[in-house]
Amino acid sequence: MSAPVAVEVEKLTRTFGDFVAVDAVSFAVEAGEVFGFLGPNGAGKTTTIKMLTGLVPPTSGTGTVAGLDIRRQGREIKRRIGYMSQLFSLYADLTVEENIAFFSGLYGVPRARRAERRDWVLEMAGLQGQRRRLTGDLSLGWKQRLALGCAVLHEPPVLFLDEPTSGVDPISRRSFWDLIYTLAAGGTTVFVTTHYMEEAEYCHRLALMNRGKLIALDTPASLRAGLREPLLEVRASDGVKAVEALKGAPGVAEAGLFGRAVHVTLKDVEAAGPGRLAGLLRERGIAVESVEPIEPSLEDVFIALVEQAGGAPVD
Amino acid sequence: MADPLLRVDGLTRRFGDLTAVDGVSFEVRRGELFGLVGPDGAGKTTTLRMLAGVLSPTTGDALFDGISMARDPERAKPRFAYMSQRFGLYADLTVEENLRFYADLHLVPRAERPARLERLYRFSNLEPFRGRLAGKLSGGMKQKLGLSCALIHQPELLLLDEPTFGVDPVSRRDLWLIVHERVEQGVTAVVSTAYMDEAERFDRLALLHQGKVLAVDTPAALQASLPGEILEIRTDRVREAREAASRLPAVRRAAIFGDRLHLTVPSAADAPGVEAALRQAGFEPREARPIPPTLEDVFIERIAAAEAA
Repeated sequence: MSAPVAVEVEKLTRTFGDFVAVDAVSFAVEAGEVFGFLGPNGAGKTTTIKMLTGLVPPTSGTGTVAGLDIRRQGREIKRRIGYMSQLFSLYADLTVEENIAFFSGLYGVPRARRAERRDWVLEMAGLQGQRRRLTGDLSLGWKQRLALGCAVLHEPPVLFLDEPTSGVDPISRRSFWDLIYTLAAGGTTVFVTTHYMEEAEYCHRLALMNRGKLIALDTPASLRAGLREPLLEVRASDGVKAVEALKGAPGVAEAGLFGRAVHVTLKDVEAAGPGRLAGLLRERGIAVESVEPIEPSLEDVFIALVEQAGGAPVD
Repeated sequence: MADPLLRVDGLTRRFGDLTAVDGVSFEVRRGELFGLVGPDGAGKTTTLRMLAGVLSPTTGDALFDGISMARDPERAKPRFAYMSQRFGLYADLTVEENLRFYADLHLVPRAERPARLERLYRFSNLEPFRGRLAGKLSGGMKQKLGLSCALIHQPELLLLDEPTFGVDPVSRRDLWLIVHERVEQGVTAVVSTAYMDEAERFDRLALLHQGKVLAVDTPAALQASLPGEILEIRTDRVREAREAASRLPAVRRAAIFGDRLHLTVPSAADAPGVEAALRQAGFEPREARPIPPTLEDVFIERIAAAEAA
């Protein structure tokens, strides 16, 4: 059983002069999928999103969003997508209802449907009790729910979110993601760009870009399981000295401080088992408390993949 | 606590009707990496501004090595560095000129400058950009430069307000490396963040919510304090499965992460029962396994407990 495709791009490329911002990127996103889009600054995420939303034409390659051609139907696409960023500017001096009415007009929601859509948004976002409150007086969590509601008033099949839950408390974050899943279950495709792995964990699949190329595309669990280089956590008397001793040691790909501990990625488990690393540190006069394999975080995976792909772009 | 470097006692700040920081108390040991962790509006910035002596508390005080930051901040200033969210870099000076400017400001002896610059460059990876105007740096590099400028006078205490806000993971790792390196050299640091996944880096942390401290402890102790276990289960029709799981008496909390459920249950021994119940309800749960709780799980539990009290 495979859901219809909501977003599809094929060898999508965009150059600015000599600079290849997006380099032959291909992927497909199903209707109802929550799709995370990650990458360091300058990786090409923003340019890709701009092409998908019809703001920048591709230099070459093709793509469709909600069945519309991104090269020829940019104007129509803008009416068929929703967009919410942290900078989404709700009007602080309007009430919740007034903001909804304003954005209904902006998105061309037919007059006959406005009351119904307003009630739907108020209910979905749990804002019925707040409809006459000034938006500026709402907590950050409520503002984000309202911003999301306003972004989907016109029932867009594809929704773009930029770090949607940045800075909200964990309870508000979970209930916000429940809203996202509710929308996705109704068939809305949700495109999330974020720098934060705690947001990435909520996505069904993650695409990782670096230097204009798509370097990974999989579920968070598979990305974690697929990290080729095992990770050890070393607890030693002097973390800085331990990092210096371990960097460049046989079989070690990378060593860095993580709090008091040293995280060591291995490229050769035979040459750099826990026993060997402990021995190497003791030889240098560094006391070793423990060396243990640990499960990589998504951030470890992200950084390892970016390094394998030539490191983050230097801008 | 033996000889804390920083003793925060009943720190409170009101702005009109709003109590931004409400009776906050904690102690930071010498050489500790201490976190102020909480969402926007929890009081992190206001607390740090009072610790840095740039904002007077309404009541309470913070003692830095015995010096009152409410009454006598000038005496402490040469000994600490405070990096606010809007750290004053000079956009029309180069990276190196900014570093030299802060070195002058803090009267860093000339003979010591090359070694300090070399060390800061090594950890920040800013050396290739030493001739670039600060205004032309990316957000992550600006943060790294701001931190480097704050460190040039080798302060004993660092107060860093959300240094990693809006910074991509690669630059973020460099920023943390700079902080960890200083802490390993014996510097004490108080760092705020809204990101729970960064909280595991701290030796100890204070969880802040609505101006109050919910808990102060090590990450490991906070995680161990979570009552029960978290089960991760992959399942089809995850939203319906969550509804069904929420109705099970053993399940105290249920959250969706992609195609997985995180269920809070009394013990790992509840896993087979929960799986069987979901199967009976027509779902196909698989790969059930206990997972270590995150600090986000702990925070949610603590907020719920505080609100119930």
